[in-house]
Amino acid sequence: MFNLRDKTAIVGIGETEYSRNAPVSLLSLELQAATSAIEDVGLSIQDIDGIIPGFMGPTVEDFVTNFGLKDLRYTVTVRLGGASAVASLQSAAMAIASGVAQTVLCVTGWKGCSEGGIVAITEGQALPMMSVTHNFEFPFGALVPVQWYALQAKRHIYEYGTTSRQFGAVAVAMRKHAMLNPKAIMKTPITIEDHQNSRMITVPFRLLDCCLESDGAAAVVVTSAEKARDLKHRPVYIMGVAEGHPDFPNYIPGRAKITELGLKKAAPRALVMAGITINDIDVAEIYDCFTWNVICQLEDLGFCKKGEGGPFVENGRIELGGDLPVNTHGGLLSQAHILGMNHVVEAVAQLRGDAGLAQVKDAEIALVTGYGDLGDGSVVILRR
Amino acid sequence: MTQTQKLLPIPDLDTKDFWDGCRHHYILVQRCRNCGTFRYYPRPMCHNCNSMDTEWVRATGKGKIYSWTVTTHQFHPNFKPPYIIAIVELEEGIRMTSNIMDCDPEELWIGMPVEVIFDDITSKITLPKFKPVK
Repeated sequence: MFNLRDKTAIVGIGETEYSRNAPVSLLSLELQAATSAIEDVGLSIQDIDGIIPGFMGPTVEDFVTNFGLKDLRYTVTVRLGGASAVASLQSAAMAIASGVAQTVLCVTGWKGCSEGGIVAITEGQALPMMSVTHNFEFPFGALVPVQWYALQAKRHIYEYGTTSRQFGAVAVAMRKHAMLNPKAIMKTPITIEDHQNSRMITVPFRLLDCCLESDGAAAVVVTSAEKARDLKHRPVYIMGVAEGHPDFPNYIPGRAKITELGLKKAAPRALVMAGITINDIDVAEIYDCFTWNVICQLEDLGFCKKGEGGPFVENGRIELGGDLPVNTHGGLLSQAHILGMNHVVEAVAQLRGDAGLAQVKDAEIALVTGYGDLGDGSVVILRR
Repeated sequence: MTQTQKLLPIPDLDTKDFWDGCRHHYILVQRCRNCGTFRYYPRPMCHNCNSMDTEWVRATGKGKIYSWTVTTHQFHPNFKPPYIIAIVELEEGIRMTSNIMDCDPEELWIGMPVEVIFDDITSKITLPKFKPVK
């Protein structure tokens, strides 16, 4: 099999300010993040010959027109919801390794606070793969991810004895990390008791189990390993990358086991490609739409056995200084919800040694996951 | 308000028979004529054997709660909390998202026996919901 290992590298990262009230359009935010990533590479906009835009919002045409791009050779839109940002790295790596394009921009943004919310989901921005949800979930008031995933989390609790306090350990870890991150929105410390006292949204998820609604954009630039050597920053190589899809990706109740995600299929593929084992990971950025989803992904990645994710996250193990620092930027729970592209940016910063107060000492290998729609998974393994 | 804004299902050629069944107060589920596998939500092809030869059979309407949540936050004006959403496993083996009615949230448990009741929302749309078997 053709192996993508180390054929490509992330050479530029860019982020806007993260806020709850961006005064400019989503396209403006994404253009800011994109140009900042391209400047970080040390290349000019005209050097970009591939663009992978986010799964909702601005399209490739918006970028080509605003950039005045003369020769775009490749574009694709990866429609895996929150798994798209990481899965787009797979498409970028494939395009570059095959020679179709040389330098690919992956960009994502969301005005999830000022223009998001339930109205956008149920009435305005219906996505094609959501038609089953519209017809067989919405009529019963199962309207938003927190409710769909609550049913999975409740089953996980039933099957494995996972506890709400273990969910709380995830929330506390993310908040501790956010307090070290200049871009993070949430800066107030929280305890497990605060988590337990936060109001119930939908059993078993409390307010502090839920990610933020925020405004912002993030972008990365990928190029060939060969070209990466001559650029401004130390390259961060893509060692392994994969996507995985649950059976019945559009209807959770149909799955034989609702506590397993597409990631379970993707993870072994990415690890084999990278030629490492899960124990070689120094830092992990896990798509944390809700606390339980982190626990479930840690299991599906193989950091622990199925059902042991709850105990795994306790006692500071996923905090800085613990065995496996997770979401060193604060994640979607406490930094901002940039659809996981902020997780990719953070992993690159860690491997460059630029992660500031949240730097994991001597981090050499990082893992990033995406989690989208109703359980699509994506994973990338990066090395310095 | 349009049907979409009310968040009601929009029957189409693949799903119409199911919604018609609900309107007449029974659950119709698809069974593959080739291999006998039941399936839900309604769709053209059997995921087990890929046959498109399908029959609609009347489900018993009895099942068990496979998982549940009580939503206490109001996400949409049409849905006043608290309300119970559950995945119900029917006797035929298929699972569906629905609501549990006439049930104190404190009494919910995974495995709880439930039976279908029909909620006539409009003259065209009836939703299959469930209540505990007394």
